[in-house]
Amino acid sequence: MGVQLLLEKAKVEGIRKYEVYRREGGYRSVEKALKTMSPEVIVEEVKKSGLRGRGGAGFPTGMKWSFIAKPEGVPRHLVCNADESEPGTFKDRFLMEFIPHLLIEGLIVSSFALGSNTTYIYIRGEYAWVAEILEFAIGEAKANGFLGKNILGTGFDCEIYVHRGAGAYICGEETALIESLEGKRGNPRIKPPFPAIQGAWMRPTVVNNVETLAAIVPIINLGGDEYAKIGVGKSTGTKLMSACGNIKKPGVYEIDMTISVEEFIFSDEYCGGIANGKRLKACIPGGSSVPILPANLLLKTAKGDTRYMNYESLSDGGFATGSMMGSGGFIVLDEDQCVVKNTYTFARFYRHESCGQCSPCREGTGWMEKLLLRLENGQGKISDIDLLWDIQRKIEGNTICPLGDAAAWPVAAAIRHFRDEFEWHVTHAEEAVKRNYGLAHYADPIHVPA
Amino acid sequence: MNKFSEEKLAKVKEIISHYPEGKQKSALLPVLHIAQDSFGGWLSAETMDYVAELLQITPIEVYEVATFYSMYNLKPVGKYMFEVCQTGPCMLNGSDNIIAYIGEKLGIKPGETTADGLFTLKTAECLGACGYAPMMQLGKHYREHLTKEKVDSIIEECRKNAEANN
Repeated sequence: MGVQLLLEKAKVEGIRKYEVYRREGGYRSVEKALKTMSPEVIVEEVKKSGLRGRGGAGFPTGMKWSFIAKPEGVPRHLVCNADESEPGTFKDRFLMEFIPHLLIEGLIVSSFALGSNTTYIYIRGEYAWVAEILEFAIGEAKANGFLGKNILGTGFDCEIYVHRGAGAYICGEETALIESLEGKRGNPRIKPPFPAIQGAWMRPTVVNNVETLAAIVPIINLGGDEYAKIGVGKSTGTKLMSACGNIKKPGVYEIDMTISVEEFIFSDEYCGGIANGKRLKACIPGGSSVPILPANLLLKTAKGDTRYMNYESLSDGGFATGSMMGSGGFIVLDEDQCVVKNTYTFARFYRHESCGQCSPCREGTGWMEKLLLRLENGQGKISDIDLLWDIQRKIEGNTICPLGDAAAWPVAAAIRHFRDEFEWHVTHAEEAVKRNYGLAHYADPIHVPA
Repeated sequence: MNKFSEEKLAKVKEIISHYPEGKQKSALLPVLHIAQDSFGGWLSAETMDYVAELLQITPIEVYEVATFYSMYNLKPVGKYMFEVCQTGPCMLNGSDNIIAYIGEKLGIKPGETTADGLFTLKTAECLGACGYAPMMQLGKHYREHLTKEKVDSIIEECRKNAEANN
């Protein structure tokens, strides 16, 4: 097991309780930051750490923080994005459910750095019990002087409130999230103005993912430079991966981004290999919207180099032969799975979740869903495959928010790498329906570990 | 006409205080959750109008939000609602079979409620429990690693609870 910065204490008995968390060294970063550091110094440390947003986009957190406007007399807000809803992703839930004080601790330090006296956790509505766990932790932190007025006698005031959403993937997009926080439909806003200038209630606002904010704790404790030594290149620190699909040991794993994809999938420390003695066919390494890769391109790049579990290596080759780290939702497909059907479920998901503002996304997602269902049911034509390609191209880049891209990419990658499986659904329609799975020859990896 | 109890009104007031002065509309999502929980698991036009009045906003502002988010039910639902995830990772682990099995067992299709008003079956899109697939949401909690046997015992458990509460 590599370095554990976030989940090291998650298994300590009773860690959800304040006393246990504190005894294990919790809230040290609040003491250090509020008593010995200025907000500017904290932002500098975060910049030095190289921390990149863990929600999916991978934007440098310190830089995002430095954009926040500071107009005189206007309150600023930090909003924690706990709307986790990218299919394949369940890491934030794990962190909040099992070690809630780590997020609260990170939020207090980050609120101080950004000058937010009222901070919100926007949590997806379905995580109702997790919201209760967080509210309990907030109450404990407040009772112990880490929240409320004049925290630790430093003069800094901060309240954290939990705001439950109500079921909408789009609210994970930061401007939709802000709209939802304001009690509206989750329709993304046109940028600019960016939230850092005019966000919630038109006040300067920073929206960060749960894991990003939790990572502030080790950054303060270790110092930005030390944090940056963990990992490789521009992939610093640790990353939570939520592994699922057809693997022996699905779950949440903290990795230090130096391990190979092969080790992650096949080692007993992590996914434990493919379930039921099957072979690896394909994988979507960073949540449903990132490109699917067949086994050979997943384990090795097009140049034949080992592919590693970090931002750069996963995206090596661009969309032609690579994918993305995304949110860390690692979905594995075994040899019996049908790429057409899998792509169909994602297309259905994006049609369901499109907010409907932009025509390319509103119309295109539904159109792609219909075509994929037709192909899956053996009623498709070869020209449907070209039509799908055409539609996804016309959605990508033509919408207000990235949901359009997120809907287009999985379809594009599935056709790019598995075109003959799509064609097989047309040419062998009866067999495709009967077998209900696709072609297995993609499962022949370059190298099968013993 | 449904109205909140004093205790719930106090809760609503507290929630409104979380947001800036004059921005009480921000409390809409949380207040709609309370309304749905309080008034039979769904939001009637009457309930939505009441929420609008409480938050001093126009009814249309409530309707447009209630129709946008998938957790708000705009028609009556069964006492126990099985919301079974059908997105990628759950599908890879056999959610189709689970949905079909529940439907067969209860004699309803997704979107329908049993005649006795006890069960509603609904398909859901990714609920963030992909590592514990297949799964469903039942009330405020998740039921994970579903098998036919597990479904049987959940239905049994619901029936027993319903009887005990009668």
